Amino acid sequence: MIEIADLAVSRGGRPVLADCTISVPDGGILAVLGANGVGKTTLLLALIGVLRPDAGRCMVEGRSGYVPQLHDVAFSYTVLDIALMGRARHVGLFGAPRRRDYEVVHGFLALMGIDHLAERTFNTLSGGQRQLVMIAQALAGECDVLILDEPCATLDYKNQLVVIELLHRLSREHGITVVFTTHAPQHAVEIASHVLLLNGAGPHRGGPTGEILTADNLTALYDVPIARADFAGGARYTFAPLYGTGAP
Amino acid sequence: MSVDSRRRPPSAFLMPALVVLLVGTMIYSVTVGRYDLRLLDVLSILWDNLAPGANKSWDAIAETVVEQVRLPRILAAVLIGFGLAISGAALQGLFRNPLVDPGIIGVTAGAGFGGTLAILLGIDGYGLLGIAFAFGIASVAVVKFLASVGGRTSMLTLVLAGVVISAFFSAAISIAKLLADPFQKLPAITYWLMGSIASTNYGDVLLLAVVIVPAATLIYLLRYQINIMSLGEERASALGTPIATVRWAILLATALISAGVVATSGIIGWVGLVMPHVARALVGADHGRVLPVTGLIGAIYLLAVDNIARTATTAEIPLGIITALIGVPVFAVILRRIQTHGGWRSD
Repeated sequence: MIEIADLAVSRGGRPVLADCTISVPDGGILAVLGANGVGKTTLLLALIGVLRPDAGRCMVEGRSGYVPQLHDVAFSYTVLDIALMGRARHVGLFGAPRRRDYEVVHGFLALMGIDHLAERTFNTLSGGQRQLVMIAQALAGECDVLILDEPCATLDYKNQLVVIELLHRLSREHGITVVFTTHAPQHAVEIASHVLLLNGAGPHRGGPTGEILTADNLTALYDVPIARADFAGGARYTFAPLYGTGAP
Repeated sequence: MSVDSRRRPPSAFLMPALVVLLVGTMIYSVTVGRYDLRLLDVLSILWDNLAPGANKSWDAIAETVVEQVRLPRILAAVLIGFGLAISGAALQGLFRNPLVDPGIIGVTAGAGFGGTLAILLGIDGYGLLGIAFAFGIASVAVVKFLASVGGRTSMLTLVLAGVVISAFFSAAISIAKLLADPFQKLPAITYWLMGSIASTNYGDVLLLAVVIVPAATLIYLLRYQINIMSLGEERASALGTPIATVRWAILLATALISAGVVATSGIIGWVGLVMPHVARALVGADHGRVLPVTGLIGAIYLLAVDNIARTATTAEIPLGIITALIGVPVFAVILRRIQTHGGWRSD
């Protein structure tokens, strides 16, 4: 369970986030949306405890695992090396991973469907595969809450679907609470139980997806006209921007 | 499908092979030099120390050359190569930067100034070690401070900060040289700074062992933490690693190794930069495998370089000059490769 109440956080001495409130039950999925620089990553860093709140409350029940935005690593680690680093909390300061750590990590790699890549060099993988490795690393810490910073940012549609479906499965089948940031409202539509809209100008809005994720709120959030389109008699829907540039 | 299908050779075979190669190079190195020694005599003399026998088939001079001249020097080369290579690998992992070694981040220059100051003040042995260590660790602290902005350490700024600190201490060394007695202390300082193990005795070997063995052990114990630190401090912290403890333990251990080397042998650069790259090419990036392999390769490398140093010309070439002559072109190649592969990240 996650409970954020009147949270204010600074980063590098500069106040970034204020008056942020939301709570998500165990096994829920929270999607965080907002313009660039509005404090999405800052919120995540406060959730995992890397940044301290200036005011308010920021409580995560259980152990959290963090998946930062995707990038290269400095050396040619294998997928297995990278995933094993997720065992930091279970390996002593002077220790190294043991048999049980390897078993846990192989288990999560198998869950991601990438155990066959274990000996491959991480930096040679595709973006989608790397994202799965990073998620396996976070899960290897045996976390109850999984926190992801734009897990789909650099991925194509197919890989976005793979990651989004995986997050859904982790929440539904393994009871893991998921928090992720995204620029695609569709990701929230598909899997999020709760949504937090971080608004640069007005108040932040947070709550159940059905209530909060509306065309009006999204239009206010991004300062771009956004419309909702319904399919299959309203059973499925999507949001899309109507830029209105005058093009045909 | 498989872009990178090459499997690494199992380090289970590599490690014993390197140990055998190291011991072989050590024994061979005893025979190398101006005073001609046969391999059989060398082995007999060495064996005689382990199991003293009655009949000695060699002369007394040979025994002195082996036991008092060449053996301490060979042991020093092995310890120095081992220590510098391991500290280079640890610093590269810690700063997630393949271009780092104790010389580049200013430790060596700081320790070098400390050593110069000690010679100027007439202090030697463990006193010199202490002063070299103090200045070594102070220069890393300053470099780390200069390179960190808002809790992040940029790779490029780190190298630049190291350049700045090295330049500062080079100037300080020059001032110390100006002040030094030109007939006694100046030649000593100048030759010592070039890096040489020509006059090593067992006291120096003991000093090297006392600092390098514990420091290298500490670094090896932190092997898994170094892996995690190489993902970046924010990330390591999120994974649950006590980043401040690990960072300072590594910096202290590497500064201690550098100070030990500087105290006994002057400035020997570039070993810590080059060897970890060779090790990674052999066993991959995991520091659990990289650290021991890089240490052994470093020991073999410095021993080979020292053999060149004492045999290439009639006058002995200081070791530090040769390691720099080899290290600088390799550094340039690595720099080019990193740029073309786009592996340079700015944060």
